[in-house]
Amino acid sequence: MAEVRQVPEASFTSYYGRPILKPAKWREPHLPAYLFLGEMSGAAAVLAAIASASGQRGLARAGRLAAVAGAAGGAGFLTAELGRPERFLNMLRVAKPTSPMSVGAWLLAAHSGLVSVAAASDLTGVMPGVGEAAGRAAAVTGPLLATYPGVLLANTAVPAWHSAYRELPMLFAGGAMTAAGAAALAITRPGPDGPPGTGPAQRVALLGAVLESAAGFAIERLIGPEGEPYRQGDGGRMLRVARAMTLAGAGAALTARRSRAGAITAAALLTGGGLAAKFAVLRAGVASASDPKYVVAQQRATPGGARP
Amino acid sequence: MGNRLFGPLADVAADAGYTEPPRRMGFFTDTSVCIGCKACEVACKEWNALPEPDAGMMALTGMSYDNTVELGANSWRHVAFIEQERPVPAPAGNGNGHAGAGAGAQRWLMASDVCKHCTHAACLDVCPTGALVRTEFGSVVVQSDVCNGCAYCVSACPFGVIDRREDDGRAWKCTLCYDRLRGGLEPACAKACPTDSIQFGPLDELREAAAVRLADLHASGETGARLYGHDPSDGIGGAGAFFLLLDEPEIYGLPPDPVVTTRDLPAMWRWAGAAAAVMVAGIGMAFAGRSARPGG
Amino acid sequence: MAECHPVAFGWVVEAKRRGATVLHLDPRFTRTSALADHHIPVRVGGDIVLLGALVNHVLSGRHEFREYVSAYTNAADILPEDFTDTEDGAGLFSGYDPGSRRYDNTTWQPTGERDETLEHPRCVFQVLKRHFARYTPELVEAVCGVSRQDFALLADALVAGSGRERTTVWVYAVGWTQHTTGVQHIRTAAILQLLLGNMGRPGGGIMALRGHASIQGSTDIPTLFDLLPGYLPMPRVEDDSLKAYLTRLPDTGFWGLKDAYTVSLLKAWFGDAATAENDYCLDYLPRLSGDHGTYSTVLDMIEGKVSGYFLWGQNPAVGSAGSRLQRLGLAKLDWLVVRDLALIESATFWQDSNEIATGELDPTRCATEVFFLPAAAHVEKEGSFTNTQRMLQWHDKAVDPPGDARSDLWFIYHLGKRIRAKLAGSTDDRDRPLLDLTWTYPEEGEDAEPNAEAVLREVNGYGPGGRLLNGFTELAADGSTSCGAWIYSGCFAGGVNQTARRKPHTEQSWVAPEWGWAWPANRRILYNRASADPQGRPWSEKKAYVWWDEQASQWTGHDVPDFERAKPPGFRPERGASGPAALAGTDPFIMLADGRGHLFVPSGLADGPLPAHYEPAESPVRNSVYGQDDSPVSKLYPDHAITHDQVGGHSAAYPCVVTTYRLTEHHTAGGMSRTLSRLSELQPELFCEISPALAADRGLENGGWATIITARSAIEARVLVTRRVRPLRLSDGSVIHHVGLPYHWGTAGLVRGDTVNDLLPFAVDPNVLIQESKVATCQIVAGRRPRGPALTVLVNEHRRAAGLGDLPGGPERGNG
Ligand SMILES: Nc1nc2c(c(=O)[nH]1)N[C@H]1C(S)=C(S)[C@@H](COP(=O)(O)OP(=O)(O)OC[C@H]3O[C@@H](n4cnc5c(=O)[nH]c(N)nc54)[C@H](O)[C@@H]3O)O[C@H]1N2
Ligand SMILES: Nc1nc2c(c(=O)[nH]1)N[C@H]1C(S)=C(S)[C@@H](COP(=O)(O)OP(=O)(O)OC[C@H]3O[C@@H](n4cnc5c(=O)[nH]c(N)nc54)[C@H](O)[C@@H]3O)O[C@H]1N2
Ligand code: SF4
Ligand code: SF4
Ligand code: SF4
Ligand code: SF4
Ligand code: SF4
Ligand SMILES: [Mo]
Repeated sequence: MAEVRQVPEASFTSYYGRPILKPAKWREPHLPAYLFLGEMSGAAAVLAAIASASGQRGLARAGRLAAVAGAAGGAGFLTAELGRPERFLNMLRVAKPTSPMSVGAWLLAAHSGLVSVAAASDLTGVMPGVGEAAGRAAAVTGPLLATYPGVLLANTAVPAWHSAYRELPMLFAGGAMTAAGAAALAITRPGPDGPPGTGPAQRVALLGAVLESAAGFAIERLIGPEGEPYRQGDGGRMLRVARAMTLAGAGAALTARRSRAGAITAAALLTGGGLAAKFAVLRAGVASASDPKYVVAQQRATPGGARP
Repeated sequence: MGNRLFGPLADVAADAGYTEPPRRMGFFTDTSVCIGCKACEVACKEWNALPEPDAGMMALTGMSYDNTVELGANSWRHVAFIEQERPVPAPAGNGNGHAGAGAGAQRWLMASDVCKHCTHAACLDVCPTGALVRTEFGSVVVQSDVCNGCAYCVSACPFGVIDRREDDGRAWKCTLCYDRLRGGLEPACAKACPTDSIQFGPLDELREAAAVRLADLHASGETGARLYGHDPSDGIGGAGAFFLLLDEPEIYGLPPDPVVTTRDLPAMWRWAGAAAAVMVAGIGMAFAGRSARPGG
Repeated sequence: MAECHPVAFGWVVEAKRRGATVLHLDPRFTRTSALADHHIPVRVGGDIVLLGALVNHVLSGRHEFREYVSAYTNAADILPEDFTDTEDGAGLFSGYDPGSRRYDNTTWQPTGERDETLEHPRCVFQVLKRHFARYTPELVEAVCGVSRQDFALLADALVAGSGRERTTVWVYAVGWTQHTTGVQHIRTAAILQLLLGNMGRPGGGIMALRGHASIQGSTDIPTLFDLLPGYLPMPRVEDDSLKAYLTRLPDTGFWGLKDAYTVSLLKAWFGDAATAENDYCLDYLPRLSGDHGTYSTVLDMIEGKVSGYFLWGQNPAVGSAGSRLQRLGLAKLDWLVVRDLALIESATFWQDSNEIATGELDPTRCATEVFFLPAAAHVEKEGSFTNTQRMLQWHDKAVDPPGDARSDLWFIYHLGKRIRAKLAGSTDDRDRPLLDLTWTYPEEGEDAEPNAEAVLREVNGYGPGGRLLNGFTELAADGSTSCGAWIYSGCFAGGVNQTARRKPHTEQSWVAPEWGWAWPANRRILYNRASADPQGRPWSEKKAYVWWDEQASQWTGHDVPDFERAKPPGFRPERGASGPAALAGTDPFIMLADGRGHLFVPSGLADGPLPAHYEPAESPVRNSVYGQDDSPVSKLYPDHAITHDQVGGHSAAYPCVVTTYRLTEHHTAGGMSRTLSRLSELQPELFCEISPALAADRGLENGGWATIITARSAIEARVLVTRRVRPLRLSDGSVIHHVGLPYHWGTAGLVRGDTVNDLLPFAVDPNVLIQESKVATCQIVAGRRPRGPALTVLVNEHRRAAGLGDLPGGPERGNG
């Protein structure tokens, strides 16, 4: 209590420094884990479908397994995140394009089903045609599942999220590729000349790392004052950690075809980086919602909400 | 501008699918006559049987007479108290009092905040379960039996109104006393307000009354008076609960110029689509890169 | 007003919307100030100087409503030569006896001569002029800390808002009353209103905002020791007959009907037993032998002179001044009955009061047997409330009381029944009053609840044959009528419960006579004859209220005329006439013997015929108006040194002024608010309001703790630093710091805190014995107070520094 020296005189910025918005209720590690697993699953499904189409069976299977694991884990975290987990299925009461979470729930449901069928068929060899078709379909749900979280977060009043609505999907797309690439690197075993899958996995990871880093940079530097929480405080710290890990992971990935240890290291670092980036995004969002200055600055700077 | 997620909307209830809905009802909260008695807070809690806090948790905040602090899952009206001292005494005979000549003009602003029942209600739009609905009166209500506590609405509301209750995991906020309205009664908070700071009625009538009151205040020299949330062409399509303020909105803890997040939603989906395409292309490239070379 | 009467304040807001100017005089900037046009901070206890200066402003600027003053006030009365004013008597009026601290008012009685020109040097008008000449804007600045600009603004608004076309109303509550000069505050306002012609007219008057729901009712049908229903005085020991008793009321004006009022009251109480022969059982009533007020009773308790006590709807362990003494007094009783909604401190003091920690009370040895009887709340019973406007409003029962809770009516009725059953057959004379009481009311329901409407009918009064009376004018002195309170007669007129009327204001005139029922005779504005000029014509069209209708030969208007309907303006009384007939057709103030508003009050007041400024019993400054510092007649109960800081403010030990008040969020001693979470959470902790300057000086932080020390005790409170409290600079350069304390907390309930009344002395107004809870001197320091016996040590340290002895008595143990 002693921190407030007297009934503060109203300044032109806020009501006793209190937040205008409610900070997101979403918790750690649930939300970051969900975001990470979901995007990973999405990209993995694409990777698997293309691998399958190009005949790289090992890589395809790795992708399918990663996709299933991601989808299942993500759904678990998402459910645990709810105030009333037992009512998860209420998500499927309605389908609302205005609610990215509704879209996401349907996507996740469809995607989980598809990747499960694809993986099951792949592992058991039962109904390969159906499995293949499901795998291809998952290549459609996957990219959407991977990037919709950008909309999920951006479609809020949270300044650091909303202002980054262009960049966030890119961040998640990049993150998805990195994560899926990392997963594939971890799962596929390199042969003497490297197994057929390692190369694409490595490149997916590298491309993802580049995209993710670029999007991260854009969010930090280009979106305006709302980028600040990605540079400062908890969010900023976490994003720097994420970037360091991702870049280190990318470096390690260059060795993936030569060394199993390098591949594992790369996978771990990339996974860590991707996950950390999700933590960073959550924290930056919370910070921006907790400090009225972001809300006021943004709205004062763009009367009538003229931005974008 | 002017998609269904943004811009003026003549009839919210009809837009939500009601045939021949009643007139849109709402609040005009004239903070220039609020005496900070908090009767509205108490009436709301009593009528809606909101949970009572643990006595051990009750503590003085040191924020003037405000110990409620904010709107939340268990406080659907919140009276803000702002103590100001301004260098120049306001002209005689105007709105809020001051200490007379010499010493700076003293002001104690009080304002009862509530859910805005937005024309474009972000909470409602983003709700994945359909728990949040538009009623026939144009108000926005949570159906607590449907809500699964995803808390999306919490982050979507540009006013920081709706919140999740920690013990039961669901989202709660002002219902505009839907049950009372159905029974032909005015909301409990408006009923309890002794100075008519909270006025309840058909929104169009309230807007007219507010314009008259504003003109009166301006004529009496209260130049700081302004309406907030009354304009159907503002960022939320106008609020169902709008205000007359005597100072900048942020002083009261209100966002100065909120825009419903869904205004940008079509663009967001486009960017997500683009990102998805980039991703597919990227992965494709990764394969294309060297897979042409056999044994790759 | 916004703080404590928020619903009534809605009308102030409405008046403001319609163009009224609202000024607020208060030491603090409150929620009322926030909505006022101007707030004028005034040092506590300085209002007589402020108001007196307004009187002076009116008189010296010739702003008085001359016609009104000449016709309707006692301005022309000529005072005797031996009357001396405070001006000549160094702050004392003639007739003062320092030994008994009393005035003999013989020299205050007008000679009977009048000077209608108001020029005679000894006429009231001229005396008034001289008396207030000293009350100048400069003095206001010096004593009250009110700037001259603020004073000018106030004076101009008052004058501009008065006259034929406009009226001004003064609204006050306990910021004026709870002073040793409380009554004189209101007197000064009354002088202003009479001078400006603001009495008896719409939009005028002096509004006493009352306290608890129906506190007005509880003075009308009083819970006060010195009154009987309808403001009849309580008989005194020397009143040995009805005739002797009646001499204590005037013969002329409407008090002239005193015998009818009194006899009817006694008939209502003692029925057939009351006869002309036995003076209608006046003898059955207890007699006053002195001050039996609450504070002297508590001192008697401490001295072991009181064995049993009933507390109904009162929580003195928190709510009464000197609450430490209140608790120590309760601890000396043999038995105590507390009837309340909640288990309040006055019932639990023996196990949770502060004195246990200080060692002054030992729960294992406190022998007071406490009976706690749960009471039904207002929604759990039917009955009437009398509000601030003298309006009775009937309320129905909404729900049954929980558990064993019973209405107060049930309790007193059944208690009486049981006692009477025990006494039945007694031949002892002393049991007659109880046995002769009319004590039969219809009983209803399982709990045998007495019918409250039957009680109201009894209050309204019956004529011969059990006919319900239509009003007090039907009362007779011959024993043929009965009436429980003459002013309430008519509330059941026509056999209808008039108080239950709820016709919406949209369906009747703006006076809304058919909403509830106002005493007397459903008049909404008292003395409304004064709304018309001496000829009976409205002073102005805009302010027309009641007027003489020549054609119909009667008074008529928007309200029930507060005048004999058929008495024409030209009526002049015969010499020696008595009762109402003694009043002329131009005498609006019909309850006064001469029918005129009293600018100068010759009798009835203990502290002088004119208001004079005295400092509060405790003040940090000397009286700069007169040589006499504090009121020469205030009651200080000096035997208990703890009750009064003898050194007063002229001590550095207690340099600040503490003032106490209410918060909208709580109710008085907290029994009805600290027990409810909805209210408790709104103001969860005791705090003190202080200015940034005082905070800086004492190192106090917003949200931190402070200890406030007076000569009685020390308490702790959280600190709220606010510019709404500002230091007042007096013109001698001294700066007065106020410490503001809401007084709602105690040791029981959901939210708890120290009891502010521990700080306050036993010092009361000499007229009505109201305690001076608005002002005392204190010291304030940072940090929490010491616990246990160390608290007494701290208090004594300060007492010694002030030249006082230790707290009297020292630690004592229960009542052993
Ligand atoms: N919410 C609420 N309402 C209530 C009550 C309650 O406890 N809570 N109590 C009821 C009761 S019992 C009563 S009696 C009434 C009392 O109603 P009020 O009289 O309005 O109550 P207070 O707050 O005690 O005092 C009023 C003001 O007097 C100021 N004051 C103190 N000293 C002086 C002085 O010397 N001069 C002037 N001009 N002002 C001074 C104080 O700063 C305070 O703001 O309220 C009734 N209504
Ligand atoms: N320092 C300081 N002290 C003050 C004042 C101040 O301004 N400053 N103000 C003074 C004033 S004006 C007042 S009125 C007093 C008030 O002081 P108290 O009268 O001692 O305090 P309350 O809390 O009002 O006590 C009323 C009790 O009646 C109970 N009650 C309510 N309804 C009923 C009923 O129907 N039947 C029964 N049997 N009980 C009922 C309530 O639960 C409550 O406990 O405080 C006085 N003390
Ligand atoms: S104010 Fe917030 S909670 Fe209320 S309707 Fe608008 S978006 Fe929903
Ligand atoms: S928390 Fe409940 S009301 Fe809010 S968006 Fe989720 S389901 Fe809808
Ligand atoms: S309308 Fe009803 S629910 Fe909303 S704040 Fe008022 S009382 Fe509470
Ligand atoms: S009830 Fe009315 S006056 Fe009282 S705090 Fe609420 S809005 Fe203000
Ligand atoms: S508590 Fe009752 S008496 Fe007091 S303001 Fe409210 S309605 Fe009026
Ligand atoms: Mo009171």
